[in-house]
Amino acid sequence: MRQSSVLANLRAQIAQIEGAGVRHQSLPFGIAAIDSCLPGGGIAGGALHEMSGSPDLSDDAAMTVFLAGILARLDGPIFWCLRWRDLFAPSLHLAGLHPDRVVYVEAGSDTNVLTAMEECLRHEGLGGVVGELGKIGLTASRRLQLAAEQSGVPAFVFRRASPLETTVEGSAAVTRWRVRASPSEQLGIPSLGRLRWDVMLERVRGGEPQRWLVEGADAQGRIGLPADMVDRPRPAEDRQAA
Amino acid sequence: MAARRQGITPGMTVTRARSLAPELVVIDAEPEDDLAGLKRLALWAARRYSPLVAVDPPDGLWIDITGCAHRFDGEVPLLKDILRRIAASGMAVQVAVADTAGCAHAVARHVPSGRPNVIEPGKTRTALAILPVHALRIEPGIADDLRRMGFERVEQLIVAPRAPLAKRFGKQLYKRLDQALGQIPEPIEPIVPPSVPRVRRGLLEPIMTADAFIQVIGDLVDDLIARLTNEGAGARRLDLFFERVDGHFQSIRVGTAAPTRDPGHLRKLLSAKVETVDPGLGVEAMTLIAPLIEPLGPRQGEGLIAAGRRGPDLAALVDALANRFGQRRLYRATPKASIMPEREIELVAPLARADAAGWDDDLPRPARMLLSPEPIEVTAMLPDHPPAMFVWRGKRHRVAQADGPERLHGEWWREAGHEAAMPFAVRDYFQVETTTGSRYWIFRQGDGESPATGPMRWFVHGAFA
Repeated sequence: MRQSSVLANLRAQIAQIEGAGVRHQSLPFGIAAIDSCLPGGGIAGGALHEMSGSPDLSDDAAMTVFLAGILARLDGPIFWCLRWRDLFAPSLHLAGLHPDRVVYVEAGSDTNVLTAMEECLRHEGLGGVVGELGKIGLTASRRLQLAAEQSGVPAFVFRRASPLETTVEGSAAVTRWRVRASPSEQLGIPSLGRLRWDVMLERVRGGEPQRWLVEGADAQGRIGLPADMVDRPRPAEDRQAA
Repeated sequence: MAARRQGITPGMTVTRARSLAPELVVIDAEPEDDLAGLKRLALWAARRYSPLVAVDPPDGLWIDITGCAHRFDGEVPLLKDILRRIAASGMAVQVAVADTAGCAHAVARHVPSGRPNVIEPGKTRTALAILPVHALRIEPGIADDLRRMGFERVEQLIVAPRAPLAKRFGKQLYKRLDQALGQIPEPIEPIVPPSVPRVRRGLLEPIMTADAFIQVIGDLVDDLIARLTNEGAGARRLDLFFERVDGHFQSIRVGTAAPTRDPGHLRKLLSAKVETVDPGLGVEAMTLIAPLIEPLGPRQGEGLIAAGRRGPDLAALVDALANRFGQRRLYRATPKASIMPEREIELVAPLARADAAGWDDDLPRPARMLLSPEPIEVTAMLPDHPPAMFVWRGKRHRVAQADGPERLHGEWWREAGHEAAMPFAVRDYFQVETTTGSRYWIFRQGDGESPATGPMRWFVHGAFA
């Protein structure tokens, strides 16, 4: 008992030194299997998160809705910085993100997206800031992480068409996620079942990489575990820690 | 005019001119008197035609007749009035009206006619296209070089790739072109300051560093805010003029999404643009005017944030981004009643009142939509069924499951009633899921019966989550 309180104390101190997940609230997914793997029990506020799909457009689309589901459950206006206009706003609404809450910034290039994100992150009271870009360097990610820490606004760098076999670059992001589309349940009728995603937590500060199969975001932006999968072992257990 | 007809041109020596026209009367040029005369003329025009009149030395006047023409029953009568009255006082005059100051300037000087030249709204580009390049208010040297390179008319400049020419001739060339085309604003400084808040600081010594400018901007903004507070107004647009020691003006313009008199905010917006100013040998005075003001009541910053948490600085953030990337690059999307998916979205200003109901939850809509549908090759099967396989961007997708069709008909009330007969007017949309779980939104053009509705080709239009 005493030992665990000492440990908890130390962890809090380390977290404070690292400046992660301490001052700002986290947003849980509401799924114990996922939340327990994230320090702070959810998506950390006031921190930078890297999101990616794959060069396949449908995987980027899956990540878009996954992200919309997270943003839908945050309070405050969302700033979504784009390079060009291929985001189809009604789909965000299907994941619970109301159109009135999102302001789009069509920045035009990676550099401009970074500039716009940093500008947004300097303002407190936003729900979240998303920036779509191709690549982000270590310095840029550090700047964004610092800006996010100061304002308490969660920042999401959405790396578009990110190749799967990418060599791991240095990044100051707290987590790195990748979402890919996964075959849905066969219903046996000419219709489609609920979306399924292969969600990979590729990197997390203070935790291990993980992988889950989840059902797509519903109208409140919540993801779920497929009913027939709940009791099975995690597919990631034989994975090596990266 | 008479002198021109005999072959006498500006820049010619007096002796040569005398040889061409022995009866020539020579009057010494007196630029200062000319300028004083021009200013008197401007004051007269400001009383008669429009409060916004600026002198354009050495020989021009700019009159902003926005909203003034109706007093003369239209633009043409107004121009005729100018022509008649100035001609009656013994001066040769050319008049033109256009959407932009640059275009009017060019047309008035380079389209010779005794009649008023009216460039209809939206015809700026067409009007400029046929003019010679030196009509663009660029230095004569640059115009000569351009002509030597084969650029005779503005049209050629508009279509030529920008980078090499900008590198060769500097930013001035494209700044003038964009100003004339109306792509960047060109504020004019009115000779009679209209009753807009206006503050000026003269400087003891010329300044030329960004830090010094920012310092003065701070003082100017404080002065301006005192004025705005008195009037119970907030600024929507600010023009800052830099008076250089060599007599030239530099200007920057910022706009705001909502009326504001927050000093920190205005200071930041102006300071962000200081680097675009060329100080030359130094700036000896700066003038800040607020040409667009709106009453500023206590209800500031509603709209978007009314639904969520209060973020008092949202207007500030929107302005900072809009002034950097452009007003049109910043928007919110709201639903619009339309059948065609690409028209379901309307873009509105980021701070517009939030009243959107949201989209219909029942219809499947992709998260990423291609700007234009891309054709795919399908291995088709039965009519009215989705394909079993398709090839898109060189990749083969095997369809595992599908949902559809959702048939969309063209909106017959658009395009003068002909839209139903246009390409892409009738589409059968399917959601397909491939064996790897990717979901795409594909459609077949045409209704499958009448060939007039489309050639039955398949397209990808987007990807689902």
